[in-house]
Amino acid sequence: MQQDSRQDVGPVAPELAAVEVAPCSRGAAIAKAALGAAGLYGALAAGPLVRRAFAQGGGGDVEILNFALTLEYLEAAFYDRALEQVDLGDEVREFAATIRDDENAHVDALAKTVRDLGGTPADAPTVEFPFSDEAAFLELAQTLEDTGVSAYDGAAPAIRSKELLATAGSIVQVEARHAARVRLARNAPPAPNAFDPALNQRQVLRAIQPFVAS
Amino acid sequence: MSSTDQPDRPGALRRAVADPMSRRRLFAVAGGAGAAATLLAACGGDDDTTTSGGGSTSTMESTTGMADGDALAQFGEGDVGILNYALTLEYLEAAFYADVAASGLFKGADLKLIRSFGRDEAEHVVALRDTVRAMGAKPAAKPRTEFPLDSAEEVLDLAATVENLGAAAYLGQAPRIESGEVLAAALSIHAVEGRHAAALNTLVGESFVPDGPFAKPADAATVLDAVQPYIA
Repeated sequence: MQQDSRQDVGPVAPELAAVEVAPCSRGAAIAKAALGAAGLYGALAAGPLVRRAFAQGGGGDVEILNFALTLEYLEAAFYDRALEQVDLGDEVREFAATIRDDENAHVDALAKTVRDLGGTPADAPTVEFPFSDEAAFLELAQTLEDTGVSAYDGAAPAIRSKELLATAGSIVQVEARHAARVRLARNAPPAPNAFDPALNQRQVLRAIQPFVAS
Repeated sequence: MSSTDQPDRPGALRRAVADPMSRRRLFAVAGGAGAAATLLAACGGDDDTTTSGGGSTSTMESTTGMADGDALAQFGEGDVGILNYALTLEYLEAAFYADVAASGLFKGADLKLIRSFGRDEAEHVVALRDTVRAMGAKPAAKPRTEFPLDSAEEVLDLAATVENLGAAAYLGQAPRIESGEVLAAALSIHAVEGRHAAALNTLVGESFVPDGPFAKPADAATVLDAVQPYIA
């Protein structure tokens, strides 16, 4: 069903139609799914993001890494913004800074790995976050971290290199820990499911689309 | 087909593996339609995403422990051995939380959290056990366990230790798993163990990310040594 709807996605915006998609490579399928998400959930917002994440090509692991890199950029910017602009309590400020540093470390490692594999790292997206107080920040942080966990868990089985898989696993555990910490601060269950759900790229883009300005 | 153990949360891993027709569903173990399964289905590729060498090189830290063969041999070969190893750890965790919940040391929010984590571990046990059976192998036996339950503080410290170890154990095995569907399920459980570990670390005043931005794996020998004192 997902496959069918993805194949049915036509050019919903000129900028999306300009993206070349080869018939049947793994990377093409990812790009198609992403374009489908853009078409369904907001082409104007997700289009440039999708192009950044996928237009570099490279296929396989490089495209997966660039997708992860885009998410990590988004997360790092999110905590940067909150630490600069929101009046946070001491406890929240302390763990938000820790998480921000973790996300920046993930950005650096992913970008470097993409380059080492001969690819071009995705650019940082321009982001907008609708928060003005600590409660709104924490609510969005929970969404972003839970989504990050699910994005890695969804993508990891497609990673070809064992070494990269190990690294992705090492990052996703840290995302899960972030999610639990944020949830505790909101008095929400730190582990709401016995099995953390996986999301595909389409679902991930849908979740983050509201925060991407360009 | 329907689970009598967990009627409202049927073991996804069990469900997935029990249905050999549905490769796609395997990746849905962990929730929505898995990207990998969809992609592989779309392109008619083979379903083994983990055996190609890939030839990739990377400067990312390699965290794969490759000396696990001996420690895991007692549990079986290949993925069955890994699943039975994980099952043994989950049995241990589930028994620990059951003992703690019954100890009377906790009430209120703490007891609620402990029960919730205990339910997660019990679900992992069911899913892993049934998966081993579905693969035609014999599940590891439930170990006899004994835990020190002297004070709430010590129990929470031990809980944090066990959960951090469990998360590291899954991380250590992930790159060794051959089957894409077992890998997807293991990653899904791994993230939950990471959540438990972070929550407990926070409760006992430790960092929720004790390894920094990149969690460290543990090999089977290290993990089994660490839990040995609690196996009677």
